[in-house]
Amino acid sequence: MKVVVTAQTNSLDSEIDPRFGRCQYLIFVDTETDSWVAVPNPALAEPGGAGIAVSQFVADEKADALITGNIGPNAARGLAAQGIKVYVGSHGTVKEALAALKAGQLTPASGPTVKRRSGM
Amino acid sequence: MKLAVASGKGGTGKTTIAVNLARVLAEEGPVQFIDCDVEEPNAHFFLKPSLDTEREVSILVPVIDRVLCNGCGECVKACAFNAIAVLGHKALVFAEICHGCGGCARVCPTKAITEQPNRLGVVSTGPAGNIFFVEGRIDVGTPLSVPVTKGARREIKEQDGIVILDAPPGTTCPVVAAVAGCDYVLLVTEPTPFGLNDLKLAVELVRELDIPHGVVINRADIGDQGVEEFCRREGISIHLRIPFERQFAETIAHGGLLVDAFPAWRPKFQALWHKIQEEVTV
Repeated sequence: MKVVVTAQTNSLDSEIDPRFGRCQYLIFVDTETDSWVAVPNPALAEPGGAGIAVSQFVADEKADALITGNIGPNAARGLAAQGIKVYVGSHGTVKEALAALKAGQLTPASGPTVKRRSGM
Repeated sequence: MKLAVASGKGGTGKTTIAVNLARVLAEEGPVQFIDCDVEEPNAHFFLKPSLDTEREVSILVPVIDRVLCNGCGECVKACAFNAIAVLGHKALVFAEICHGCGGCARVCPTKAITEQPNRLGVVSTGPAGNIFFVEGRIDVGTPLSVPVTKGARREIKEQDGIVILDAPPGTTCPVVAAVAGCDYVLLVTEPTPFGLNDLKLAVELVRELDIPHGVVINRADIGDQGVEEFCRREGISIHLRIPFERQFAETIAHGGLLVDAFPAWRPKFQALWHKIQEEVTV
């Protein structure tokens, strides 16, 4: 499974970035091999619709699941359409969040947790 | 002659200046008043128009035919606002952030995109004494105001004398939509660090648009000298200073006009107009 985690810096020891559309980095992790790659958020400087643009990006990267802090209404709708599982409310490091996911301690969100433009 | 009243900072007294100026000028000839503060238009409280005509403002937003859409993503590339994405193998529209440019429909290779109107607000018009009054008002929850401002400006009858446009606060697109193409911008500010900061931003904006401009200082006897010093340094005329008076605030709170309640202010607003005219004709 390919999991993407929003992160404040570009390593597994990074703190989770609580924002989705405006996160600093996206860390893609292959949970079978534990290989990973950190990518700067391509939509960070977008004037609007960042959550939608990042949703498109993680969909194009064929992510199956997302771990982040909060999710806005547009991203929630887009990710649901793509069938990407969204785990919200995560904090601590990327590594800790991945361990929690593997241990089955995370539950997927059923909808948005914040209003639009909350990450600005 | 189109005069926009703008500010940068909110709550400085744009509408107060605009409506009082409109009232004194309307005694001498036709005046059109355009309330471009479409998020919270309030000039009607003071000029009390009979709004007898209402026009809806809409933009065209894309609708996807899910049979024809093959998820190629050309529409996503064409959209400058991230209002469309291919998710779940089909284009998905986020209508509330769409600016209605029509680019996606134009580039779609399978003709899967048609467009339908999405209402943003209304423009109302009617007489306020001898002022022709226009008001734009966006619907609650609508984030896109520029088309409504443009809709309000389309009601301007080009041949008719003086047009006063009451702009929204700030220095973003809705302000540009209100002041672009005007002959003069009056910037209303207050003598505080906040007023000065936002005045500087507003001055940058009108300089970028290359529109002659001058300043009115409201509540001029409070705060500090920062605005006065800035205007002197930058060579910007201060046309009028209005003191901070409880009786002015009371008049305004009751929807009254300073030029009606305090006749001594009539010549001051007339003089303000003459100073603006002098700067426009230079």
